[in-house]
Amino acid sequence: MATKNVTDASFAADVLQSDKPVLVDFWAEWCGPCRMVGPILEEISNEHGDKLTIVKLNVDENPSIAANYGVSSIPTMNVFQGGEVVKQIVGAKPKAKLLEDLADYIA
Amino acid sequence: MSEVVRNVIIIGSGPSGYTAAIYAARANLAPLIFEGAVTAGGALMNTTEVENFPGFPEGIQGPALMNDLRAQAEKFGAEFITDDVTSVDLTGVIKTVVDGDGVTHQAHSVIIATGSGYREIGLPNEKRLSGRGVSWCATCDGFFFKEQNIVVVGGGDTAMEEATFLTRFAKTVTIVHRRDELRASKIMQDRAIANEKISFLWDTEVIDVLGEDKVTGLRVRNVKTGVESDLDATGLFVAIGHDPRSELLAGQIDLDDEGYVQVQHPTTATNQLGVFAAGDVVDHRYRQAITAAGTGCAAALDAERFLADRDHQALSDH
Repeated sequence: MATKNVTDASFAADVLQSDKPVLVDFWAEWCGPCRMVGPILEEISNEHGDKLTIVKLNVDENPSIAANYGVSSIPTMNVFQGGEVVKQIVGAKPKAKLLEDLADYIA
Repeated sequence: MSEVVRNVIIIGSGPSGYTAAIYAARANLAPLIFEGAVTAGGALMNTTEVENFPGFPEGIQGPALMNDLRAQAEKFGAEFITDDVTSVDLTGVIKTVVDGDGVTHQAHSVIIATGSGYREIGLPNEKRLSGRGVSWCATCDGFFFKEQNIVVVGGGDTAMEEATFLTRFAKTVTIVHRRDELRASKIMQDRAIANEKISFLWDTEVIDVLGEDKVTGLRVRNVKTGVESDLDATGLFVAIGHDPRSELLAGQIDLDDEGYVQVQHPTTATNQLGVFAAGDVVDHRYRQAITAAGTGCAAALDAERFLADRDHQALSDH
């Protein structure tokens, strides 16, 4: 399943109230490492979207949620479960490393 | 294992790797380039305006320059794999390179252009607060520090560039440098010094990063007097230099004490026949995009000559 975009407005419904764990990719157009990790998350979403929903939040257009969660470096990838952050990954990483970090949620 | 034995594999994709790719592709060597899983395009992908690459009087954005170099290599038939190399065997006549998916690739020659990675100060709290106020990428993270007080550590061009860039967002930027003079080029120094938002703290090193969940300040020490004090800051941008990314090569390729690949100047030949190295993984002196591109070109020409000599040798043996 492809990744989907979420916004400050849709965050509660799409992320906090989701039954499945959700990985939120905080990113921006001007962030080089974010553009590197984008296609990797797309692949992971296609392969493991049944277990883990992956969504993208553009911090430029949606500064409130990023600020609420204290994001100060991108890419930051937060996994939410039951409305809480259960895992945080900061910085672009190769696919194998991300899969390792996300093992609890996609196994 | 891929059955094909390539003419040349290029590891790395900054100005050096892409330029080597352009030259090798134009020489009909059909190079395969490992760009890196998250580092494709190299260090310039995290910069903004590049003002000193010849041929661009108006300047060019770092990522745009790298995309153009890549497109130029692709036009001449270079092949790209956007993955890391996890291990190599460069000691044999046929060199092998293993990628992140565990696939082994073979080649008669290899060009190493893995560049360098940023250096950390080495403080426990620096790592802990990484992504919570500690950053190595001003273009990525400056946005989050609007109207805040930021510290940039370092005295080189990168530190000046990051500090100057960060003044777009920050209330103040303090450059903390452990010496009383800068290593940065004159134009970058002048620009930082002239910027009203930037101030300097000389002869000073950061000895701790303060804060529980996020950075709230820094503890610094004057290296001449030994006096310690605290700085209010919510952001710490570390720009104290780079280390060569040569871990893969240890034990196979001669490295100097700092880990840089040793080459037989003025060529790019390493101690292993058929293995060449270019760019920042070799160069701790100039470290410019244009010098990296220059040595990348040289490495491709060296590889081309090596392959031609070897073929010639093979012919005359029969």
